[in-house]
Amino acid sequence: MAVVFSLTVVGFVMVADGINPIVAYASLLNGAFGGAYNFAETLAKAAPLTLTGLAVAIAFKCKVWNIGAEGQLYVGAIAATWAGLTLTLPEPVHILVVIFLSFLFGAAYGLIPGFLKAKFRVNEILLTLMMNYLAIYFVSYLVENPWRDPSGITYSPVLSVSAWLPVLVPRTRLHMGVLIAVLSAIALHLILHRTTFGYKTRAVGESPEAARYGGINVIMTATIVMAISGGLAGLAGMGEVSGIQHRLMGGISPWYGYLGVIVALLGKLEPIGVLFAGIFLGALLVGADAMQRAAGVPVTVVYILEGLIMLFLVGGERALSRYMGLRRER
Amino acid sequence: MTDFVVALLAATIELSTPILLAAIGEIIAERAGVVNLGIEGIMLLGAFCGFWAVYVTEQSGSGLLAALFVGALMGLLMSYLSINLRADQLVSGLAIWILGIGLSTYLSRKVLGIVPGGVMVKGFQPIYIPVLSDVPFLGPVLFRQNVLVYLTLALVPLTWFVLFHTTVGLKIRSVGEAPRVADTLGINVFRIRYVCTILGATLAGLAGSYLTLARMFTWIEEVTAGRGWLAIVVVLFGRRDPLKALIGAWAFGVVYALQYYIQAMGLGIPYQVLLMLPYLVTAMSLIIITIVLRKEEAPAALGVPYAREEQ
Repeated sequence: MAVVFSLTVVGFVMVADGINPIVAYASLLNGAFGGAYNFAETLAKAAPLTLTGLAVAIAFKCKVWNIGAEGQLYVGAIAATWAGLTLTLPEPVHILVVIFLSFLFGAAYGLIPGFLKAKFRVNEILLTLMMNYLAIYFVSYLVENPWRDPSGITYSPVLSVSAWLPVLVPRTRLHMGVLIAVLSAIALHLILHRTTFGYKTRAVGESPEAARYGGINVIMTATIVMAISGGLAGLAGMGEVSGIQHRLMGGISPWYGYLGVIVALLGKLEPIGVLFAGIFLGALLVGADAMQRAAGVPVTVVYILEGLIMLFLVGGERALSRYMGLRRER
Repeated sequence: MTDFVVALLAATIELSTPILLAAIGEIIAERAGVVNLGIEGIMLLGAFCGFWAVYVTEQSGSGLLAALFVGALMGLLMSYLSINLRADQLVSGLAIWILGIGLSTYLSRKVLGIVPGGVMVKGFQPIYIPVLSDVPFLGPVLFRQNVLVYLTLALVPLTWFVLFHTTVGLKIRSVGEAPRVADTLGINVFRIRYVCTILGATLAGLAGSYLTLARMFTWIEEVTAGRGWLAIVVVLFGRRDPLKALIGAWAFGVVYALQYYIQAMGLGIPYQVLLMLPYLVTAMSLIIITIVLRKEEAPAALGVPYAREEQ
């Protein structure tokens, strides 16, 4: 619903700009889904978006407002790069270690604000945001100083091939990370709805006081949730390093962490919903390039779309129910 | 040594101004019971629209008007979401933030193309206040600043006085503390929340334009670099009191000023480490202050939408 509204509004903006929105959206669809290569690109973008979306979703579900997926993603990328550059391990073991470490470091980076929030009520929105800036500047430091490529460019050297995520479809960038994202969504769905831990998470999210009376360790639950959240975002960072770039660089994430907030809300905080929302936003990002080429619509129109989607998600349904004759109070 | 201290303090005052201005706005909104987490986005829009207006008209005043206008517009949106639709204020704020980033980036690339730092405007230059600017020490620190600095410093005691020593302030605070009681007493809860939220956002827009019109004199994407969030931290530390927020904002100002001075000294410290400094200080002080103070003295109805009849 929110998506339809947003696309319509942007459509009007295009008309005002003298662009035919139907042509533009057709080229967007074609750019995102037309042909194996385009579709693979969409899925490759959907992978990190789904992972950060899941990270945000599970935290929000527990009413921990984790805005730190961006920073946790960068920390995961650092861990993956370190493991890929320094460790020498045989073929299948190496990438598994890379995956494990990126999850672990992302989890640690999420656990810190999670624990401080649960135990001392330290404002997690502000703390995770500050930690984002710290992680991003730290990556920038790493690639310009200790990890600078011998050639002089401000990237890290290329990782050992054994630390790369295998490509699923030859001649595309569709890597194993997509599979990791899908598996994570399914796993998270099962955890949330089929385990006692999932029950606790939802209980804490609905009412921490009631959960505490019910004998649930609220601090422990919220801390673990944030560790899982950070770990998932860390995996997204690993996917960008091991699956796409094969090296660390500044700006490795074009806001995947923040876009994760939109993905999570669009997916109604449900893992399976998040998976589809991730694919949708991935399509939007990939399709926007095609739209620019075919219809002359600037890529940045996507930014407005994202903002509008978020806005309609927050207020749209309430506004609708008010104006559909359900309004009672003034 | 004195020269250094004077220069450092003058820079502190200057650098703290946008954070302080946005913080004052947020205090007004939060006292009325509305948390606006979107101020980072509103600042960005204010920064761009202010710059754009000056770029087109070549009149610095038009930049202020544009920033005020776009701030008010975003405040209206925030009010509608949180007061009329009673949407979750935290998520509404995040939506405003993302919309602000999106709109400012889109508009700037459309108008200016992708030439970062390409176009300069004149903006606001320091004004030396006669006599006062010649006072030793205080003169160069306080009285050789630009007009927005003076305005912000004047707003601090003014906001404090209005909030805590006038009927209007009492009404605002009662709406934030006990909206139902206020409503019973005939205070229009909705109107006060609307006015305060819009006023707060307007100041955030102005604070954003400070960055493009009084500091950078050009537009850079994400020019705010988290200053809107720092303003929220200042509000939190200052317990929604403008005078305490002033101290908090100056503390951040010192950190920023030191960061630039250390950078200029060329001690071989990587610049990223220095750039991390304000965020590191914020994170650490956020943790320490919260743990030491423990209890939060927020208005009782902060973040809670008000409905006249329970449904």
